Amino acid sequence: MALILTEEQEMLQDSAEGFLDENAPVTAFRKVRDNKPEEGFCRKLWNDMAEMGWAGIIVDEEFGGSEFGYVGAGVLAEKMGKNLTASPFFSTAVLGATAIQRYGTEEQKTDHLGAICDGSQIFALAVDEGPRHDPSTIAFSAKTSGNGYVLSGSKTFVADGHVADKLIIVARTSGEDTDEEGITLFLVDADAPEISRSKTPMIDSRNAADIVVDGLEVTGDDIIGEVGGGYAALEGILSAGRAVLAAEMSGSSQQAFDMTTEYLKEREQFGQKIGSFQGLQHRAAHLATEIEMMKSAVLKSLQLLDDDFEAAGAVCSMAKAKSGQTAQLATKEAIQMHGGIGVTDEYDVGLYFKRVHMAQQMFGDAGFHADRLAKRAGY
Amino acid sequence: MTELEEFRTETRAWLAENCPEEMRDGDITAENQCWGGRQWEFQSEAQRLWFERALAKGYTVPTWPKKYGGAGLSADEAKILEEERLRINARKPLSNFGISMLGPALLAYGTHEQKLQHLGAIARGEIRWCQGYSEPGAGSDLASLKTKCEDKGAHWLINGQKIWTSNADISDWIFCLVRTDFDAPKHKGITFILIDMASEGISVKPIILISGHSPFCETFFDNVKVPKSYGENNLSVVGEVNRGWDVAKNLLVHERGMLGTMSPLRGTTGPESLGGFAADQIGLDEAGRLSDPALRQRISQAEIDDWAYNLTVERMNDEANAGNGLGAKSSMLKYAASELTKKGTELRMDIGGTVAATISEDGIEYGSLANTWLYNRAYSILGGTTEVQLNIISKRVLELPS
Repeated sequence: MALILTEEQEMLQDSAEGFLDENAPVTAFRKVRDNKPEEGFCRKLWNDMAEMGWAGIIVDEEFGGSEFGYVGAGVLAEKMGKNLTASPFFSTAVLGATAIQRYGTEEQKTDHLGAICDGSQIFALAVDEGPRHDPSTIAFSAKTSGNGYVLSGSKTFVADGHVADKLIIVARTSGEDTDEEGITLFLVDADAPEISRSKTPMIDSRNAADIVVDGLEVTGDDIIGEVGGGYAALEGILSAGRAVLAAEMSGSSQQAFDMTTEYLKEREQFGQKIGSFQGLQHRAAHLATEIEMMKSAVLKSLQLLDDDFEAAGAVCSMAKAKSGQTAQLATKEAIQMHGGIGVTDEYDVGLYFKRVHMAQQMFGDAGFHADRLAKRAGY
Repeated sequence: MTELEEFRTETRAWLAENCPEEMRDGDITAENQCWGGRQWEFQSEAQRLWFERALAKGYTVPTWPKKYGGAGLSADEAKILEEERLRINARKPLSNFGISMLGPALLAYGTHEQKLQHLGAIARGEIRWCQGYSEPGAGSDLASLKTKCEDKGAHWLINGQKIWTSNADISDWIFCLVRTDFDAPKHKGITFILIDMASEGISVKPIILISGHSPFCETFFDNVKVPKSYGENNLSVVGEVNRGWDVAKNLLVHERGMLGTMSPLRGTTGPESLGGFAADQIGLDEAGRLSDPALRQRISQAEIDDWAYNLTVERMNDEANAGNGLGAKSSMLKYAASELTKKGTELRMDIGGTVAATISEDGIEYGSLANTWLYNRAYSILGGTTEVQLNIISKRVLELPS
């Protein structure tokens, strides 16, 4: 398969860009940030997205989705990255939909995919338990009790966890904290009285939640995938998430870079355009090269998720690592090359810097993935 | 089955039948590739067979028109051939600067007769070309070159010196940039000319580099007479007199494209991965990790960069096939590839420690890691330095002001 978008995917890209530029420019994101709606995003915007088929972008048509696959999801995420669009797209349309569609039972698909596609239900994945991404350490416990399980434990940095209708909780049904065996995924109602959620506003003005569960009783029907064998499913869901986050960071990088090169062509000091200074030109040229490398990595990971989902793990890690580093460089350079206005709240480049930092933290930064890849490669 | 699918099936079968086993080692180092030329001697019977079979099929230069010795393959077909070749790890039957650099420039700027003579000889492996661009006073500022070319009626008279002419000592012809007008602005007085290295007055002196060896030479022109014409409609000058810079630029894009397609981390040091090499040399801890955690991170990061680079070559090729030409973006590939290549051997030297830095009484062994590591310093200098590539990206891709 050629490493470029198909015509259909290009059309999706154009329409996404048109829609978001009109309905969700950065000013819309600022409004959400300043007005602080309880949800942390604009519900109307999410409903409009769902209507266009974005909430069901990876979901098969038979379940109400638009079946554009992960390349489609990445194309949308990239444009959302460009405009800093806040929405439950990632938590619900990517993570939730992947969990149910790839690992759910027929009944779970029938029950939940429709509600994902029409935007009526928000999903959130609760995986991490500490300040840094570490899916190989799961202490959250699921103890057998009668015919079911009792869930207890706490989770951190659950994106959209404060507003989710459903939580997918990664829990331990057996073994030690760091065992791959013994992990099980549970799908639970987020408003159960045994669950307390506290919203944690983040530096990028998006919201996540810390979640504490105390003795929630669930049944075997609430399990996604296999009992004790949930690590593979978790890996699959995280891989999809990593590739889509990489796509989002690609969009943010390109936008921050475009703003910077525009500025280099306009701003004058010492009687000349600052873009004529070689000290800045070479940094911009280096960054432009890194951005091209990142885009290739991102597209490859998305294509592989569509082609051979189970085999995409390593490639998604590489894409996440490459895009995390590139996006951080792009946004840091954007601030520096803008000079004083780069550090003002009024100017947008700082918003990209903050968002990229969170996207880089989520599901593993470049160092995390370099470690993971080294391990896989046997060194 | 579509036509392309059919082509793939046929190509696969042809390769299976015609590429000798010994030529399927994927090894394409400068030492064992088939260069061709007047002085060429095949290194093995398999190499000769593979070359001759490919030649008969037009596969020494698959995309060139049939009348000039190629197979006339479309971009899609050429990509399939390349994929199928790599699938069985086959060497290229013939590779040299004639194929990768002069050929594309002649296809763009040559007359039919020029193409007939020179492209045919390249395709048949008869003539090995070298490139006469840089001069002692014209490196990054190539357009300031001063090798003098005077019009003497029936012939040109050339005096001057070229430097960094790769393999000039074993090449048959040289494509050369010379100055035909010393009064015009520097880009407007340059001419692109084809010269037989056997001409009287040409002398060549190899240059020894920090690596202890080198393919590079100095080439001296002392009253060299070059015929105006090698036959009807077949001038020694390519393109117009004083417009050679256009041809040179076109060719540099191909050179950068070529330098940009080396597989950076493995290209020159064999197929073993950095991680595997490090595990052998340094050992693993109880958790199966390399005992040096900082080195481990550097290796893994380099592998990620290498992977993203290779994908970018693939993507840019696919974009070019879809009609979006690479243009000045080839400078990005050149820049990234040369920096990554250096990083790869730097890492290997760090992994190898003092053992890798040990040489023999006779000096640095050719083909050794230390030799490659030292030679690789030149990658970000030759074919336009890293800094020149960054200038080109700034001006021609990003359109930053000057």
